[in-house]
Amino acid sequence: MTPALASGGGPVIPNFGQGSSCEIHNGWFCTDWVRAHWGDTLQPALVQHVELAAIAVAIGFVLASALAFAGFRFRLLDPPIGFFADFLYTIPSLALFQLLVPLTGLTVTTVEIALVSYTLLILYRNMIEGLRGVPPDALEAARGSGFTRLQTLVHVELPLALPAVIAGLRIATVSTISIATVAAFVIPEGLGRPIFVALEQEVFKTEILTAGGLAVLLALSADAVLVLAQRALTPWSRLERRA
Amino acid sequence: MLADQFEPGTFVDAFRFMGHNAGFLLQKSGEHLELSLTALGIALLLSLPLGLWLGHRHRGLFFAVSVSNVGRALPSLVLIAVGLTIFGVGFWNNTAALVVLAVPPILTNAYFAIDGVDRDVVEAARGMGLGELQVLWRVELPLGLPLVIAGIRIAVIFVIATATIAAIAGGGGLGEIIVDQPSYGLSGVVAASLCVSALAFLAALLLSLLLRQMSRRPGPIP
Repeated sequence: MTPALASGGGPVIPNFGQGSSCEIHNGWFCTDWVRAHWGDTLQPALVQHVELAAIAVAIGFVLASALAFAGFRFRLLDPPIGFFADFLYTIPSLALFQLLVPLTGLTVTTVEIALVSYTLLILYRNMIEGLRGVPPDALEAARGSGFTRLQTLVHVELPLALPAVIAGLRIATVSTISIATVAAFVIPEGLGRPIFVALEQEVFKTEILTAGGLAVLLALSADAVLVLAQRALTPWSRLERRA
Repeated sequence: MLADQFEPGTFVDAFRFMGHNAGFLLQKSGEHLELSLTALGIALLLSLPLGLWLGHRHRGLFFAVSVSNVGRALPSLVLIAVGLTIFGVGFWNNTAALVVLAVPPILTNAYFAIDGVDRDVVEAARGMGLGELQVLWRVELPLGLPLVIAGIRIAVIFVIATATIAAIAGGGGLGEIIVDQPSYGLSGVVAASLCVSALAFLAALLLSLLLRQMSRRPGPIP
Protein backbone atom coordinates (compact mmCIF):
# COMPACT_ATOMS: atom_id res chain seq x y z
CA MET A 1 0.00 0.00 0.00
CA THR A 2 1.11 3.60 0.26
CA PRO A 3 4.09 4.55 2.37
CA ALA A 4 1.79 6.53 4.66
CA LEU A 5 0.23 3.29 5.75
CA ALA A 6 3.42 1.28 5.97
CA SER A 7 5.20 3.85 8.09
CA GLY A 8 2.29 4.73 10.33
CA GLY A 9 2.91 3.83 13.95
CA GLY A 10 0.02 3.49 16.33
CA PRO A 11 -1.44 0.49 18.00
CA VAL A 12 -1.30 -2.69 15.98
CA ILE A 13 -4.68 -4.34 16.21
CA PRO A 14 -6.06 -6.88 16.42
CA ASN A 15 -3.52 -8.97 18.20
CA PHE A 16 -4.56 -12.43 17.07
CA GLY A 17 -2.07 -13.97 19.48
CA GLN A 18 -3.57 -12.80 22.75
CA GLY A 19 -7.02 -11.38 22.04
CA SER A 20 -10.30 -12.78 23.22
CA SER A 21 -11.73 -15.79 21.41
CA CYS A 22 -14.01 -13.44 19.48
CA GLU A 23 -10.97 -11.53 18.18
CA ILE A 24 -9.04 -14.68 17.38
CA HIS A 25 -11.92 -16.04 15.33
CA ASN A 26 -12.53 -12.66 13.71
CA GLY A 27 -16.15 -12.49 14.86
CA TRP A 28 -18.59 -10.01 13.37
CA PHE A 29 -18.64 -7.70 16.35
CA CYS A 30 -16.39 -8.08 19.37
CA THR A 31 -17.64 -5.69 22.04
CA ASP A 32 -14.57 -6.35 24.18
CA TRP A 33 -12.33 -5.15 21.36
CA VAL A 34 -14.37 -1.99 20.86
CA ARG A 35 -14.26 -1.26 24.58
CA ALA A 36 -10.51 -1.89 24.75
CA HIS A 37 -9.65 0.24 21.72
CA TRP A 38 -12.19 3.04 21.92
CA GLY A 39 -9.70 5.31 23.69
CA ASP A 40 -6.56 4.60 21.65
CA THR A 41 -8.02 4.05 18.17
CA LEU A 42 -11.66 4.89 17.56
CA GLN A 43 -12.13 8.08 19.51
CA PRO A 44 -9.00 9.85 18.17
CA ALA A 45 -9.97 8.80 14.63
CA LEU A 46 -13.46 10.19 15.14
CA VAL A 47 -12.14 13.51 16.44
CA GLN A 48 -9.67 13.78 13.53
CA HIS A 49 -12.47 12.99 11.13
CA VAL A 50 -14.66 15.77 12.53
CA GLU A 51 -11.74 18.20 12.28
CA LEU A 52 -10.91 17.25 8.68
CA ALA A 53 -14.52 17.62 7.58
CA ALA A 54 -15.26 20.80 9.56
CA ILE A 55 -12.22 22.64 8.21
CA ALA A 56 -13.02 21.58 4.64
CA VAL A 57 -16.68 22.62 4.84
CA ALA A 58 -15.79 25.94 6.47
CA ILE A 59 -13.20 26.84 3.84
CA GLY A 60 -15.45 25.55 1.07
CA PHE A 61 -18.32 27.66 2.38
CA VAL A 62 -16.26 30.86 2.41
CA LEU A 63 -14.83 30.18 -1.08
CA ALA A 64 -18.18 29.20 -2.54
CA SER A 65 -19.84 32.30 -1.03
CA ALA A 66 -17.28 34.55 -2.66
CA LEU A 67 -17.69 32.74 -5.99
CA ALA A 68 -21.48 32.83 -5.72
CA PHE A 69 -21.56 36.58 -5.09
CA ALA A 70 -19.27 37.07 -8.07
CA GLY A 71 -21.34 34.77 -10.29
CA PHE A 72 -24.60 36.36 -9.12
CA ARG A 73 -23.43 39.95 -9.59
CA PHE A 74 -21.63 39.36 -12.90
CA ARG A 75 -23.61 36.80 -14.85
CA LEU A 76 -20.79 36.32 -17.31
CA LEU A 77 -18.67 34.70 -14.62
CA ASP A 78 -21.29 32.08 -13.79
CA PRO A 79 -20.69 29.57 -16.62
CA PRO A 80 -16.89 29.38 -16.18
CA ILE A 81 -17.14 29.08 -12.39
CA GLY A 82 -19.83 26.43 -12.71
CA PHE A 83 -17.80 24.50 -15.27
CA PHE A 84 -14.67 24.64 -13.12
CA ALA A 85 -16.52 23.44 -10.00
CA ASP A 86 -18.12 20.67 -12.02
CA PHE A 87 -14.73 19.65 -13.40
CA LEU A 88 -13.25 19.41 -9.89
CA TYR A 89 -16.26 17.37 -8.78
CA THR A 90 -15.75 14.75 -11.49
CA ILE A 91 -12.16 13.94 -10.45
CA PRO A 92 -12.27 10.70 -8.40
CA SER A 93 -11.23 11.38 -4.79
CA LEU A 94 -8.45 8.82 -4.62
CA ALA A 95 -6.99 10.17 -7.87
CA LEU A 96 -7.20 13.79 -6.72
CA PHE A 97 -5.41 12.97 -3.46
CA GLN A 98 -2.61 11.28 -5.40
CA LEU A 99 -2.41 14.06 -8.00
CA LEU A 100 -1.85 16.59 -5.21
CA VAL A 101 0.88 14.53 -3.51
CA PRO A 102 3.69 15.70 -5.85
CA LEU A 103 2.68 19.30 -5.12
CA THR A 104 1.81 19.38 -1.43
CA GLY A 105 3.19 16.06 -0.15
CA LEU A 106 1.59 13.60 2.24
CA THR A 107 0.10 16.34 4.37
CA VAL A 108 -3.17 17.57 5.78
CA THR A 109 -3.01 20.36 3.19
CA THR A 110 -3.32 17.80 0.39
CA VAL A 111 -6.38 16.29 2.02
CA GLU A 112 -8.04 19.64 2.70
CA ILE A 113 -7.48 20.93 -0.84
CA ALA A 114 -9.19 17.84 -2.22
CA LEU A 115 -12.06 17.91 0.29
CA VAL A 116 -12.68 21.63 -0.30
CA SER A 117 -12.75 21.04 -4.07
CA TYR A 118 -15.64 18.62 -3.70
CA THR A 119 -17.73 21.02 -1.61
CA LEU A 120 -17.53 23.86 -4.14
CA LEU A 121 -19.90 22.54 -6.81
CA ILE A 122 -22.88 21.82 -4.60
CA LEU A 123 -22.45 24.91 -2.38
CA TYR A 124 -21.96 27.25 -5.35
CA ARG A 125 -24.90 25.85 -7.32
CA ASN A 126 -27.28 26.05 -4.39
CA MET A 127 -26.21 29.57 -3.42
CA ILE A 128 -26.70 30.84 -6.98
CA GLU A 129 -30.06 29.07 -7.31
CA GLY A 130 -31.13 30.45 -3.93
CA LEU A 131 -30.22 34.02 -4.84
CA ARG A 132 -31.83 33.77 -8.26
CA GLY A 133 -34.97 32.22 -6.83
CA VAL A 134 -35.84 35.33 -4.83
CA PRO A 135 -39.28 36.44 -6.10
CA PRO A 136 -39.24 39.67 -8.13
CA ASP A 137 -42.10 40.99 -5.96
CA ALA A 138 -39.89 40.89 -2.88
CA LEU A 139 -37.15 42.79 -4.71
CA GLU A 140 -39.68 45.31 -5.98
CA ALA A 141 -41.04 45.80 -2.47
CA ALA A 142 -37.50 46.31 -1.13
CA ARG A 143 -36.81 48.92 -3.80
CA GLY A 144 -40.11 50.62 -3.02
CA SER A 145 -39.20 50.79 0.66
CA GLY A 146 -36.04 52.66 -0.27
CA PHE A 147 -33.56 49.84 0.48
CA THR A 148 -30.07 50.28 -0.92
CA ARG A 149 -28.49 47.48 -2.91
CA LEU A 150 -26.58 46.22 0.11
CA GLN A 151 -29.64 46.41 2.36
CA THR A 152 -31.65 44.45 -0.19
CA LEU A 153 -28.96 41.78 -0.26
CA VAL A 154 -28.66 41.49 3.52
CA HIS A 155 -32.31 41.86 4.52
CA VAL A 156 -34.17 40.36 1.57
CA GLU A 157 -32.08 38.22 -0.77
CA LEU A 158 -29.91 36.38 1.76
CA PRO A 159 -32.73 35.36 4.13
CA LEU A 160 -34.84 34.14 1.21
CA ALA A 161 -31.90 32.21 -0.25
CA LEU A 162 -31.13 30.60 3.12
CA PRO A 163 -33.13 27.35 2.68
CA ALA A 164 -31.34 26.59 -0.61
CA VAL A 165 -27.97 27.47 0.94
CA ILE A 166 -28.54 25.18 3.91
CA ALA A 167 -29.77 22.40 1.62
CA GLY A 168 -26.44 22.70 -0.20
CA LEU A 169 -24.55 22.79 3.08
CA ARG A 170 -26.24 19.56 4.17
CA ILE A 171 -25.22 17.70 1.02
CA ALA A 172 -21.70 19.15 1.12
CA THR A 173 -21.20 18.24 4.78
CA VAL A 174 -22.45 14.68 4.42
CA SER A 175 -20.36 14.06 1.28
CA THR A 176 -17.26 15.56 2.88
CA ILE A 177 -17.60 13.28 5.91
CA SER A 178 -17.98 10.39 3.50
CA ILE A 179 -15.01 11.29 1.27
CA ALA A 180 -12.78 12.07 4.27
CA THR A 181 -12.54 8.32 4.93
CA VAL A 182 -10.44 8.05 1.74
CA ALA A 183 -8.00 10.60 3.19
CA ALA A 184 -6.38 7.75 5.14
CA PHE A 185 -4.65 6.81 1.87
CA VAL A 186 -2.57 9.96 2.21
CA ILE A 187 -2.34 10.71 5.94
CA PRO A 188 -2.91 8.34 8.88
CA GLU A 189 -5.91 10.30 10.15
CA GLY A 190 -9.67 10.03 10.29
CA LEU A 191 -12.02 7.08 10.41
CA GLY A 192 -10.58 5.66 7.21
CA ARG A 193 -7.38 4.88 9.10
CA PRO A 194 -8.75 2.07 11.31
CA ILE A 195 -10.53 0.66 8.24
CA PHE A 196 -7.26 0.45 6.30
CA VAL A 197 -5.48 -1.07 9.27
CA ALA A 198 -8.23 -3.68 9.59
CA LEU A 199 -8.09 -4.45 5.85
CA GLU A 200 -4.38 -5.10 6.11
CA GLN A 201 -4.92 -7.43 9.06
CA GLU A 202 -6.87 -10.22 7.44
CA VAL A 203 -10.00 -8.06 7.16
CA PHE A 204 -10.70 -7.66 10.88
CA LYS A 205 -14.49 -7.32 10.80
CA THR A 206 -15.16 -5.62 14.13
CA GLU A 207 -12.87 -2.72 13.35
CA ILE A 208 -14.30 -2.21 9.86
CA LEU A 209 -17.89 -2.29 11.07
CA THR A 210 -17.27 0.01 14.06
CA ALA A 211 -15.25 2.62 12.18
CA GLY A 212 -17.61 2.45 9.20
CA GLY A 213 -20.64 2.69 11.46
CA LEU A 214 -19.14 5.70 13.21
CA ALA A 215 -18.59 7.43 9.86
CA VAL A 216 -22.21 6.83 8.82
CA LEU A 217 -23.53 7.96 12.23
CA LEU A 218 -21.37 11.07 12.09
CA ALA A 219 -22.73 11.97 8.64
CA LEU A 220 -26.34 11.40 9.68
CA SER A 221 -25.93 13.40 12.92
CA ALA A 222 -24.32 16.31 11.06
CA ASP A 223 -27.25 16.24 8.64
CA ALA A 224 -29.75 16.28 11.51
CA VAL A 225 -27.99 19.21 13.18
CA LEU A 226 -28.18 21.21 9.95
CA VAL A 227 -31.88 20.43 9.55
CA LEU A 228 -32.47 21.76 13.07
CA ALA A 229 -30.34 24.82 12.26
CA GLN A 230 -32.46 25.51 9.21
CA ARG A 231 -35.67 25.30 11.25
CA ALA A 232 -34.25 27.73 13.80
CA LEU A 233 -32.96 30.16 11.16
CA THR A 234 -36.03 30.21 8.91
CA PRO A 235 -39.07 30.19 11.20
CA TRP A 236 -41.22 31.66 8.40
CA SER A 237 -40.91 28.55 6.24
CA ARG A 238 -42.85 26.57 8.88
CA LEU A 239 -45.53 29.27 9.09
CA GLU A 240 -46.05 29.06 5.34
CA ARG A 241 -46.48 25.33 5.45
CA ARG A 242 -49.09 25.59 8.18
CA ALA A 243 -51.01 28.32 6.38
CA MET B 1 8.97 9.32 2.69
CA LEU B 2 8.87 9.32 -1.06
CA ALA B 3 7.06 12.52 -1.79
CA ASP B 4 7.14 14.87 1.13
CA GLN B 5 8.51 17.76 -0.84
CA PHE B 6 7.37 19.81 -3.79
CA GLU B 7 7.98 17.67 -6.87
CA PRO B 8 6.09 18.98 -9.88
CA GLY B 9 8.57 17.07 -12.07
CA THR B 10 6.61 13.95 -11.17
CA PHE B 11 4.00 14.98 -13.71
CA VAL B 12 6.60 14.87 -16.47
CA ASP B 13 7.59 11.39 -15.27
CA ALA B 14 3.92 10.45 -15.21
CA PHE B 15 3.53 11.27 -18.89
CA ARG B 16 6.71 9.33 -19.63
CA PHE B 17 5.18 6.39 -17.72
CA MET B 18 2.07 6.69 -19.88
CA GLY B 19 4.16 6.58 -23.02
CA HIS B 20 6.05 3.47 -21.90
CA ASN B 21 3.01 1.62 -20.53
CA ALA B 22 0.22 2.71 -22.85
CA GLY B 23 -1.00 -0.83 -23.45
CA PHE B 24 -1.03 -1.68 -19.76
CA LEU B 25 -2.92 1.51 -18.83
CA LEU B 26 -5.40 0.83 -21.61
CA GLN B 27 -5.99 -2.69 -20.30
CA LYS B 28 -6.52 -1.35 -16.75
CA SER B 29 -8.88 1.32 -18.09
CA GLY B 30 -10.81 -1.47 -19.79
CA GLU B 31 -11.13 -3.36 -16.49
CA HIS B 32 -12.18 -0.14 -14.81
CA LEU B 33 -14.91 0.44 -17.38
CA GLU B 34 -16.07 -3.16 -17.21
CA LEU B 35 -16.55 -3.00 -13.45
CA SER B 36 -18.19 0.44 -13.63
CA LEU B 37 -20.55 -0.43 -16.45
CA THR B 38 -21.65 -3.74 -14.90
CA ALA B 39 -22.52 -2.00 -11.65
CA LEU B 40 -24.21 0.86 -13.46
CA GLY B 41 -26.27 -1.50 -15.59
CA ILE B 42 -27.51 -3.41 -12.55
CA ALA B 43 -28.23 -0.18 -10.67
CA LEU B 44 -30.21 1.18 -13.63
CA LEU B 45 -32.28 -1.99 -13.91
CA LEU B 46 -33.04 -1.91 -10.18
CA SER B 47 -33.72 1.75 -9.60
CA LEU B 48 -34.95 3.33 -12.82
CA PRO B 49 -38.25 1.43 -13.19
CA LEU B 50 -38.97 1.78 -9.45
CA GLY B 51 -38.20 5.51 -9.39
CA LEU B 52 -40.22 6.19 -12.53
CA TRP B 53 -43.22 4.21 -11.31
CA LEU B 54 -43.21 5.76 -7.81
CA GLY B 55 -42.98 9.19 -9.42
CA HIS B 56 -45.84 8.34 -11.73
CA ARG B 57 -48.03 7.28 -8.82
CA HIS B 58 -46.82 10.27 -6.72
CA ARG B 59 -46.13 7.82 -3.92
CA GLY B 60 -43.12 7.13 -1.72
CA LEU B 61 -41.81 10.67 -1.27
CA PHE B 62 -40.44 9.71 2.14
CA PHE B 63 -38.83 6.59 0.64
CA ALA B 64 -37.16 8.54 -2.18
CA VAL B 65 -35.83 11.22 0.16
CA SER B 66 -34.56 8.68 2.71
CA VAL B 67 -32.81 6.58 0.08
CA SER B 68 -31.00 9.65 -1.16
CA ASN B 69 -30.06 10.87 2.34
CA VAL B 70 -28.85 7.51 3.59
CA GLY B 71 -27.08 6.79 0.30
CA ARG B 72 -25.06 9.96 0.60
CA ALA B 73 -24.08 9.18 4.17
CA LEU B 74 -22.60 5.79 3.21
CA PRO B 75 -18.90 6.33 2.53
CA SER B 76 -17.74 4.36 -0.52
CA LEU B 77 -14.69 3.09 1.36
CA VAL B 78 -16.92 1.73 4.13
CA LEU B 79 -19.17 0.02 1.58
CA ILE B 80 -16.22 -1.69 -0.05
CA ALA B 81 -14.66 -2.69 3.26
CA VAL B 82 -17.94 -4.05 4.60
CA GLY B 83 -18.52 -5.83 1.28
CA LEU B 84 -15.14 -7.47 1.79
CA THR B 85 -16.20 -8.84 5.16
CA ILE B 86 -19.34 -10.35 3.59
CA PHE B 87 -18.33 -11.51 0.11
CA GLY B 88 -14.57 -11.73 0.41
CA VAL B 89 -12.19 -10.53 -2.30
CA GLY B 90 -13.50 -10.40 -5.84
CA PHE B 91 -15.49 -8.88 -8.64
CA TRP B 92 -18.92 -9.26 -7.03
CA ASN B 93 -18.02 -7.64 -3.75
CA ASN B 94 -17.06 -4.51 -5.62
CA THR B 95 -19.97 -4.69 -8.01
CA ALA B 96 -22.39 -4.93 -5.07
CA ALA B 97 -20.79 -1.94 -3.33
CA LEU B 98 -20.90 0.13 -6.52
CA VAL B 99 -24.55 -0.79 -7.13
CA VAL B 100 -25.50 0.35 -3.62
CA LEU B 101 -23.74 3.62 -4.36
CA ALA B 102 -25.33 4.19 -7.76
CA VAL B 103 -28.93 3.41 -6.83
CA PRO B 104 -29.78 6.50 -4.68
CA PRO B 105 -29.05 9.29 -7.19
CA ILE B 106 -30.74 7.41 -10.05
CA LEU B 107 -33.82 6.47 -8.03
CA THR B 108 -34.32 9.84 -6.35
CA ASN B 109 -33.84 11.86 -9.51
CA ALA B 110 -36.15 9.59 -11.50
CA TYR B 111 -38.77 9.98 -8.80
CA PHE B 112 -38.60 13.76 -8.66
CA ALA B 113 -38.35 14.06 -12.45
CA ILE B 114 -41.66 12.26 -13.00
CA ASP B 115 -43.35 13.55 -9.84
CA GLY B 116 -42.65 17.12 -10.94
CA VAL B 117 -44.18 16.88 -14.41
CA ASP B 118 -47.05 19.37 -14.88
CA ARG B 119 -50.22 17.62 -13.70
CA ASP B 120 -52.36 19.41 -16.31
CA VAL B 121 -50.28 17.91 -19.09
CA VAL B 122 -50.65 14.44 -17.59
CA GLU B 123 -54.42 14.88 -17.19
CA ALA B 124 -54.68 16.07 -20.80
CA ALA B 125 -52.84 12.94 -21.93
CA ARG B 126 -55.22 10.76 -19.91
CA GLY B 127 -58.15 12.65 -21.42
CA MET B 128 -56.87 11.76 -24.87
CA GLY B 129 -57.24 8.12 -23.91
CA LEU B 130 -53.62 7.16 -23.14
CA GLY B 131 -53.12 4.26 -20.73
CA GLU B 132 -51.03 4.62 -17.59
CA LEU B 133 -47.90 3.11 -19.13
CA GLN B 134 -48.35 5.23 -22.24
CA VAL B 135 -48.70 8.35 -20.10
CA LEU B 136 -45.47 7.47 -18.33
CA TRP B 137 -43.57 6.48 -21.46
CA ARG B 138 -44.80 9.09 -23.94
CA VAL B 139 -45.53 12.13 -21.77
CA GLU B 140 -43.88 12.07 -18.37
CA LEU B 141 -40.58 10.45 -19.32
CA PRO B 142 -39.77 12.81 -22.20
CA LEU B 143 -40.62 15.82 -20.01
CA GLY B 144 -38.65 14.59 -17.02
CA LEU B 145 -35.73 13.19 -19.01
CA PRO B 146 -33.20 15.96 -18.23
CA LEU B 147 -33.52 15.35 -14.49
CA VAL B 148 -33.41 11.56 -14.97
CA ILE B 149 -30.18 11.88 -16.95
CA ALA B 150 -28.75 14.30 -14.37
CA GLY B 151 -29.21 11.54 -11.77
CA ILE B 152 -27.53 8.98 -13.99
CA ARG B 153 -24.65 11.41 -14.51
CA ILE B 154 -24.09 11.72 -10.75
CA ALA B 155 -24.20 7.92 -10.45
CA VAL B 156 -21.62 7.54 -13.23
CA ILE B 157 -19.24 9.95 -11.50
CA PHE B 158 -19.70 8.12 -8.17
CA VAL B 159 -19.18 4.71 -9.72
CA ILE B 160 -16.03 5.56 -11.68
CA ALA B 161 -14.57 7.26 -8.60
CA THR B 162 -15.38 4.36 -6.31
CA ALA B 163 -14.24 1.71 -8.75
CA THR B 164 -10.81 3.23 -8.08
CA ILE B 165 -11.14 2.55 -4.37
CA ALA B 166 -12.37 -0.97 -5.20
CA ALA B 167 -8.76 -1.87 -5.96
CA ILE B 168 -8.13 -2.38 -2.23
CA ALA B 169 -10.58 -5.28 -2.49
CA GLY B 170 -8.96 -6.82 -5.54
CA GLY B 171 -11.21 -5.02 -7.98
CA GLY B 172 -8.49 -4.48 -10.56
CA GLY B 173 -8.81 -1.45 -12.80
CA LEU B 174 -6.80 1.75 -12.60
CA GLY B 175 -7.09 1.82 -8.81
CA GLU B 176 -4.80 -1.19 -8.69
CA ILE B 177 -1.97 1.03 -9.90
CA ILE B 178 -2.97 3.94 -7.67
CA VAL B 179 -2.89 1.92 -4.42
CA ASP B 180 0.35 0.14 -5.33
CA GLN B 181 2.98 2.84 -5.17
CA PRO B 182 5.78 0.42 -4.18
CA SER B 183 5.44 -1.38 -7.56
CA TYR B 184 4.68 1.48 -9.92
CA GLY B 185 6.31 4.47 -8.23
CA LEU B 186 4.75 7.85 -7.74
CA SER B 187 4.91 8.54 -11.49
CA GLY B 188 2.83 5.43 -12.17
CA VAL B 189 0.35 6.41 -9.47
CA VAL B 190 0.02 9.91 -10.89
CA ALA B 191 -0.31 8.55 -14.43
CA ALA B 192 -3.12 6.21 -13.39
CA SER B 193 -4.78 9.06 -11.47
CA LEU B 194 -4.71 11.18 -14.60
CA CYS B 195 -6.22 8.31 -16.61
CA VAL B 196 -9.06 7.74 -14.17
CA SER B 197 -9.77 11.48 -13.99
CA ALA B 198 -9.91 11.61 -17.78
CA LEU B 199 -12.24 8.61 -17.80
CA ALA B 200 -14.64 10.22 -15.30
CA PHE B 201 -14.48 13.55 -17.08
CA LEU B 202 -15.22 12.03 -20.49
CA ALA B 203 -18.16 10.04 -19.12
CA ALA B 204 -19.58 13.13 -17.42
CA LEU B 205 -19.06 15.20 -20.53
CA LEU B 206 -20.81 12.62 -22.69
CA LEU B 207 -23.86 12.65 -20.42
CA SER B 208 -23.82 16.47 -20.26
CA LEU B 209 -23.94 16.62 -24.05
CA LEU B 210 -26.77 14.09 -24.08
CA LEU B 211 -28.56 16.19 -21.47
CA ARG B 212 -28.21 19.32 -23.56
CA GLN B 213 -29.47 17.49 -26.60
CA MET B 214 -32.50 16.28 -24.65
CA SER B 215 -33.42 19.62 -23.14
CA ARG B 216 -33.14 21.30 -26.52
CA ARG B 217 -35.62 18.94 -28.12
CA PRO B 218 -38.60 18.46 -25.86
CA GLY B 219 -41.39 16.25 -27.03
CA PRO B 220 -42.13 12.58 -27.30
CA ILE B 221 -39.44 10.08 -28.17
CA PRO B 222 -40.29 8.36 -31.43
